[in-house]
Amino acid sequence: MNALNETDNTRSRILKDKIVLGIVIFFSLLTISPIVLIIGKLIAKGYKQLSFGFIVENTPSTFEAMTAISNHETIPGGIANGLVGTLLMVAMAAAIAIPVGIIAGIYLYETPGKFLPNLIRNVSDILQGVPSIVLGLISYMWVVKHVTNGFSALAGSVSLAIMMLPMIVRSTEETFKMIPQSLKEAALALGVPYYKVILKVMIPTGFSGLLTGILLAIGRVMGETAPLMLTALGSSVINLNIAKPTSAVPLLIWEFYNDPNMVDLIWSSSLLLMIIVLSLNVISKQIAAGRK
Amino acid sequence: MNPNIVTIKDPILTIEDLSIAYDKKVAVKNVTVGIKKNSVTAIMGPSGCGKSTLLRALNRMHELYENITTTGSVRLNDEDIFKMSTIRLRRKMGMVFQRPNPFPTMSIYENVIAGYKLNGNSIKKKEKDEIVERSLRDVALWDEVKDSLNKKGTFLSGGQQQRLCIARALAFGPEVILLDEPTSALDPIATSKIEDLLIKLKEHYTIVLVTHNMSQAARISDYSMFMYLGELVEYGKTKNMFTNPQDKRTEEYLTGKFG
Amino acid sequence: MNTDKVTRIVLISVSVLILIVAGGMVFALVGGAIPSFSHFGLGFITSATWDPTEGKESYGALPFIAGTLITSLAALVISLPLSFSTALFLGEYFRKSRASKIIGMMVDLLAGIPSIVYGLWGFYVLRPFLVDMGFENQGFGVFTASLILAIMIIPYATSLSNEIIMMVPNDLKEAAYSLGATRLEVITHVTIPAARSGIIAGYILSFGRALGETMAVTMLIGNANIVPTSFTSTGNTMASVIANQFGEADGLKLSSLIAIGLLLFLITGIVNAIGKLIIKKMA
Repeated sequence: MNALNETDNTRSRILKDKIVLGIVIFFSLLTISPIVLIIGKLIAKGYKQLSFGFIVENTPSTFEAMTAISNHETIPGGIANGLVGTLLMVAMAAAIAIPVGIIAGIYLYETPGKFLPNLIRNVSDILQGVPSIVLGLISYMWVVKHVTNGFSALAGSVSLAIMMLPMIVRSTEETFKMIPQSLKEAALALGVPYYKVILKVMIPTGFSGLLTGILLAIGRVMGETAPLMLTALGSSVINLNIAKPTSAVPLLIWEFYNDPNMVDLIWSSSLLLMIIVLSLNVISKQIAAGRK
Repeated sequence: MNPNIVTIKDPILTIEDLSIAYDKKVAVKNVTVGIKKNSVTAIMGPSGCGKSTLLRALNRMHELYENITTTGSVRLNDEDIFKMSTIRLRRKMGMVFQRPNPFPTMSIYENVIAGYKLNGNSIKKKEKDEIVERSLRDVALWDEVKDSLNKKGTFLSGGQQQRLCIARALAFGPEVILLDEPTSALDPIATSKIEDLLIKLKEHYTIVLVTHNMSQAARISDYSMFMYLGELVEYGKTKNMFTNPQDKRTEEYLTGKFG
Repeated sequence: MNTDKVTRIVLISVSVLILIVAGGMVFALVGGAIPSFSHFGLGFITSATWDPTEGKESYGALPFIAGTLITSLAALVISLPLSFSTALFLGEYFRKSRASKIIGMMVDLLAGIPSIVYGLWGFYVLRPFLVDMGFENQGFGVFTASLILAIMIIPYATSLSNEIIMMVPNDLKEAAYSLGATRLEVITHVTIPAARSGIIAGYILSFGRALGETMAVTMLIGNANIVPTSFTSTGNTMASVIANQFGEADGLKLSSLIAIGLLLFLITGIVNAIGKLIIKKMA
């Protein structure tokens, strides 16, 4: 009956299984080691510079930095111009991308399977894959050349907005797909006009999902450097005129990196940027986890 | 000793004081019972009574879950299954699941022979052909699929898929076949084919079957267990249990008072 | 007109904006690239010369196309064992366990690190480490850039593969276990075959992401406008040449940089479309 030629391979199979498990654990630990090393390095080299002044003062000039270094003092000043610029540009980008993204997401959710929504979904997916530097080029050609006639905060925001848009479209559609159909139908059955169902039922019900998507998108664009190099350029003082060149924290890091006198500032600036970006990340994940 | 549990002479499986807990929640409580060779034994009970856990413990599939604790012993032909390697144990105890689950990436032929492939046993093509034909004949599927052995198993109907899964379990030449509500996803015609098949298969194999369908247990099983809240309440010849249940809870279950 | 109709019109017209934005992007890129393409023709893609000297300006994209493809492919190969192991750790071996939650969270954090921070860490930590290990004299070049790129795409590749691995039905794995398979055998015979096309799509998408990475690569590749000849050779990628040379560019040079942007847009678009298509076919 038993046609099995019982070559006993049991031991070697169990051994192989254990070896592979060991390799998997080793590689997994290796995979996460950079996060520990990077954050450790930023804290070790950056924490000394972090202070209240670092947040509220503008960047020093190269000369001030050089003088401080030769006197063995900490470099004066801060990155207020970058922080304000980042906030300004991200806020503008969000103001453009959030309404458009949410409305488009609702449209895709409402009309599945048709030609136009499918086309829009695919185009949005392709937009999501466009490298951020290319978005910088595009905003340069659109805004820098034709709208503000020079590098500007607006141009920076446009490039960031195009980056955020597909992320918000997708998260909106996914969030709405998870809301039970019956909820929408119940509201419609009461004779409520459709726009009110969206505003009063769908958006409040999916609010935390939408918020998660928005925060993740903001976290992503906040650390972007490349598109801003081609659009916002940078500025050594706080600028609130959206038609003028503006700084951003990642842009300042790039400038410090290229300036031997300022290079000490890269760590504290990066640490601050990481704290902001990772908090957004963690908060949005918490919101997402709380929803389940 | 529970007087409502009959003793089996020369059992193939001997379960002694078996208890299983998940995350400290007890699923099977001090079960002691013997299973008769070449018979069909049905395990019944309301959902959550521990019947599936008990079945899965017999080939130690319950160990796939996290945080389980198992005490007591199970012996297969006087060999402690908890001391055997799961590889050898599961080779002797075939298992069939609630939903038909042929491997979607494999053909019908490969599905039947999957046990050999997974276990790294290289056997000759001729031998493979024989095993495939014999196993498919055993489950009365050979005539239906012999011309499409290279098609994917997932193209078959639900009932055919489930018979393919039984063939996959038989191909390895097990001693015991464990079935976990094998017909709950099937229509009545496919169900009756599987039931006929099980009655035929007990000539060569010992069959243990979890079911929540009482009439199925009555139709095909020789012995029946009734479990309630992890406890084995009553065990005996199916005929006796259905006509003259000893425990009040068994009687209530069989008359449809709960379940 | 009733309000529902108005609502629909608003929904459609705002959504169509996305098509207009995408169309406008292609239009702008093509328009900006025309001077370069009409000057150099197809030679723009096949020429390896990048010479801005006035009077004999000559621009070819070959070094950057080669640099982009080589670094991204190398990054993919380096990331593969790491991301695949981590996906198995999260989705198979330690599924739902506390260890898996912690590792999963750290992988998410890796995905959140800005490119420029990776660049700094690569420059000040990874590069000196490679020099100490005797890989290279300066530590700049294709290998260092690929390594940092690999670290950057690992979280992306990991979460995509993990998602697909988690989708493999549990009852298939149980069937294999019930036949006596070890965990490794279940993975190689059941999980991987069932998840194969999804995993491949995940790696294609990760490759697409590596193609467009700018800052970290710019800081480590050495920025030499040549076709790399070995892993220790310096080079340049399409994204990093745009970042580096844009500041001082105008005229033909600017048009050539935009043309490189257009090519990068097309390459990443095609790669992403292939990846998404495979995923769509699976679902």
